[in-house]
Amino acid sequence: MMTTHREIPGTIFFDGPMATKGYGLNKMCYSFNSTEGRDAFKADEAAYCDKFGLTEAQKEAILGRDILALQREGGSIYYLAKFAGLLGLNMQDIGGLQTGRTTEEFQAYLESQGRGKNNG
Amino acid sequence: MAKVIGGITTSHIPAIGIAMDRGLEDTPYWKDFFAGYPPVREWLNEQQPDIAIVFYNDHGLEMFLDKKPTFALGCAPQYENADEGWGIATIPPVTGETELSWHIANELIEHDFDPTICQDIKVDHGLTVPLSVMYPGHNYQHLKVIPVCINCERYPMPKPSRCFALGQAIGKAVESFAGDQKVVVFGTGGLSHQLDGERAGIINSDFDIECMDKLVSDPEALTRYSNDDLVEIAGAQGVELNMWLAMRGCMLGDVKEVHRNYVAPISNTGAGLQLLING
Repeated sequence: MMTTHREIPGTIFFDGPMATKGYGLNKMCYSFNSTEGRDAFKADEAAYCDKFGLTEAQKEAILGRDILALQREGGSIYYLAKFAGLLGLNMQDIGGLQTGRTTEEFQAYLESQGRGKNNG
Repeated sequence: MAKVIGGITTSHIPAIGIAMDRGLEDTPYWKDFFAGYPPVREWLNEQQPDIAIVFYNDHGLEMFLDKKPTFALGCAPQYENADEGWGIATIPPVTGETELSWHIANELIEHDFDPTICQDIKVDHGLTVPLSVMYPGHNYQHLKVIPVCINCERYPMPKPSRCFALGQAIGKAVESFAGDQKVVVFGTGGLSHQLDGERAGIINSDFDIECMDKLVSDPEALTRYSNDDLVEIAGAQGVELNMWLAMRGCMLGDVKEVHRNYVAPISNTGAGLQLLING
């Protein structure tokens, strides 16, 4: 029996099974480190997904910009961040997309937990 | 013998590098964060350490899932930064170090740590942002850097207790090195944050402050957390505390804090800064 992780709502542990499931997806996103990779994806998104052997569910989530589905399909947030960057989204945009908030609402949520900002 | 003269903890998030590139340090959002750094920069300038051991995690620049070390130690004369895909500007090459690095490699293996030993790795924002924020204008070439990379991405990842013990082994290795080098140790990343999932955005400032307190006086207490504990209490990327624990492990005697700053949120994180010295 594999080691399992604690149940924490809204959290997927990126462990062996998820890394196995998401390998091709993460490898594609890893290629977004280079201009060539980013340009090739933009030129033909579906074909680029096929090149890395993405499953139909992964491909659909990429084409639909569904960040939560990408994680369920084995995407690591480190590589998904590169996909987000390619789309021109920052981590607050991504936070909003994952939590059903606008970017501004997500920023307000972060600020509501804040400390130590006197001039902000 | 070489000597660890101090330990520094700092955030390493890309947004810091981007803010510096855009000259935003004095804007309301960033002012309280950057206001914490001058005393640490001044200390570095006064002390003039020869070598910096930097504990960081790679976020998918050099170490993809195909070959991902649990612990990796750099032994190279130079390290390059490169495009990470989402727009942070690359920084000039980082000067490396090859004598103490190899000594640490030998001592770690001798003391039952078996890191991946790297003679050619690119270093990402986890290492470059701390250097940029400590040495504005990228004036860090005089400092010889020894990167120590800890897996904080894919489970299984090393336990907090193991990261602290790794630091202790490195601290002892430094002390057994024949030389008069002054060594500063950086623990980078943290503190509480979660980037992924419906739980994205969690910050736990109370826990962050407690971590900073205990890092000084009772680091063993922090080593009793599991990574799952840290995820639950401090968010999925709260496990970056492991780099702070490794730094603290390097400081072998009594430790006192000479400077601290904490600001949240900075991007999605609680951003802590500490300067610790022996004494």
